[in-house]
Amino acid sequence: MSARRTGRLGRLTASLRTARVKPLVPFITAGYPDEPTFDRVLAAIAAAGCPLVEIGIPFSDPVADGPVIQAASQKVLARGMTLARTLALAATAHRDHGLDVVMMGYLNPILKFGPARFAATCGESSVAGVIVPDLPPEEAAGLRELLAARDVDLVDLVAPTTDPARLVRKVEQATGFLYLVSTTGVTGSGTAAADTLPDYLTRVRATTDLPLYVGFGIATPQQAGQVAALADGVIVGSALLRTLTGDRDGAVAAATEFLHEMAQAVTSAKGTSR
Amino acid sequence: MNTSSIFAGDGPGRFGPYGGQFVPETLMPCLHELTATWEAARRDPDFNTELAALLADYSGRPTPLYRARRFERSCGDTARIYLKREDLNHTGAHKINNCLGQILLAQRMGKRRIVAETGAGQHGVATATVCALVGLECTVYMGEVDMARQAPNVRRMKLLGATVECVTSGARTLKDASSEAIRDWVTNVATTHYIIGSVVGPHPYPAMVRDFQAVIGIEARQQVLDRAGRLPDAVIACVGGGSNAIGIFAGFIADPVDLFGVEAGGSAAGHSAALGLGEPGVLHGSFSYLLQDDDGQIIPAHSVAAGLDYPGVGPEHSHLKDTGRVQYGSVNDSEALAAFSDLSRLEGIIPALESSHAIAWCRRLLDDPAAVARLREHAGDEQPVVVINLSGRGDKDMDNNGGES
Ligand SMILES: Cc1ncc(COP(=O)(O)O)c(C=O)c1O
Repeated sequence: MSARRTGRLGRLTASLRTARVKPLVPFITAGYPDEPTFDRVLAAIAAAGCPLVEIGIPFSDPVADGPVIQAASQKVLARGMTLARTLALAATAHRDHGLDVVMMGYLNPILKFGPARFAATCGESSVAGVIVPDLPPEEAAGLRELLAARDVDLVDLVAPTTDPARLVRKVEQATGFLYLVSTTGVTGSGTAAADTLPDYLTRVRATTDLPLYVGFGIATPQQAGQVAALADGVIVGSALLRTLTGDRDGAVAAATEFLHEMAQAVTSAKGTSR
Repeated sequence: MNTSSIFAGDGPGRFGPYGGQFVPETLMPCLHELTATWEAARRDPDFNTELAALLADYSGRPTPLYRARRFERSCGDTARIYLKREDLNHTGAHKINNCLGQILLAQRMGKRRIVAETGAGQHGVATATVCALVGLECTVYMGEVDMARQAPNVRRMKLLGATVECVTSGARTLKDASSEAIRDWVTNVATTHYIIGSVVGPHPYPAMVRDFQAVIGIEARQQVLDRAGRLPDAVIACVGGGSNAIGIFAGFIADPVDLFGVEAGGSAAGHSAALGLGEPGVLHGSFSYLLQDDDGQIIPAHSVAAGLDYPGVGPEHSHLKDTGRVQYGSVNDSEALAAFSDLSRLEGIIPALESSHAIAWCRRLLDDPAAVARLREHAGDEQPVVVINLSGRGDKDMDNNGGES
């Protein structure tokens, strides 16, 4: 376990824990709904006190995503969003808004871009971590190494279906944080199951002292607060994208208010995480 | 850089560099369960006896090998042409071979519910059929475009008690139906088995579906030996995901027989030739050739045949292409439509538009002096022998055949 080399994301989540900060981590598809609005939403994320943002790399066939993130991907792709541009937006998020960035994207665009070039560009763009939902640990060693060489963590996902033996093998190589998928399902669907979550988190905590960040289906401040009482971080995606409708000022205002309420619910949660 | 070099390459389910398991974490444990169940079942005499009985008594196997003499004559009498009559299976295509195998595995895993994707509707009908047979709940995802062009199969699935979910995302064809089926499976994985309809998807599907379809090639090899007295010189099959092709090739892969896989060349509107014109990438759980743009986004396929209208292909075919063991080519929509009416009028056999691609390739081959010379050389003193996999019947295509009637 001590051989594990932590990158930028690992150092960041460790310092957040030391400071007893449980972050709300908003997810937004790169350039959604358009680039100027996207930039203002990044500002709102920073203003809500969130240290981290997850930026989605759009893909034509996102099998782990529900309708909201699918539609967001389609929309930005139709406007010509590319992986190169997504990485440039990530660099901007860090430089202009002081946000640390976790990239979330499917494997094929990364393969096409070239994994080594992707890792290098992540490094140059101050990206802290990368999540690839269709790359299980069995296939991940190559990309993990390329990213690690650039001080970037590859984030591992754990699902409610992950059995104990698999969990133990997973946490051995994981760095940054563990992404706990709250329920079986796609993003934005169902709701994080409040009744099974405590057992689930206890089970995972017994195997690792990595920070546990929970995502998928967290839509309301009440849910966010419940999850924050148990976890080290709370990830919200589809519910944020859903606020981004109507004219630009209205969309930004709605997102700002939503982020504020969510962040407040997360910060004021009382709980037992480490 | 060589993208495949970032993978271990020796992980489970590899065909050369192709294959693998590229799925969300939620599904990984269930792929392991499926692999274990399949590996135990294939060594279990009870499972094999039960499957063989269903293939015989329920689906009507062995399917005949039929010599198409009038079609031979129309191709210039240069070769003896045999059709492997998978169209005579119950439900009208080879798809049932795989569905019978997988439904028995689903029962062994204690699953209550089945999901499937379908393009032409043949796999959807076969899945709905086996669900009715064993009394499991069935949901089939089908693109809106395909529901319109394969309407008879939509009605069949509903009559068989299945729920048909209309998919309106993306190109509204097989690719999008597959993505929706995967999303359903991720959500309901505890109770649900996903019957993938071709040799695509994450391990163990490509190898498992091949094994269930290998019955085609095993039968055909013996039948052609009995009838022609020797092995064929060429075997031809259409390739969508590639299951009917892998199934018939399985019988001849170790023999000195030329194998031809025929992709859909489409029209000016696009094509489905992943092997011919695509490049390797990851879609729907495996690393294989696929149609993608410069940014790694999937390009929608096009074909008049809904069952070939898919931008990917099974990983074993990618490997067989790279090794050169199988030759892949394509015929376009109008060649396939011509073959559709040809075979109907010359033989009284209405082929599926998918299978019509293999028929059209045979005509093209026998029109090509160089190809004929090669067949003759291969055949020695005898007349060349060609076997075509007639993967399904074309009743479903009556309203979608380019104006023939
Ligand atoms: C009759 C028939 N042939 C062929 C195919 C293509 O599938 P595969 O390449 O897996 O055989 C289909 C698919 O729907 C089909 O219905």
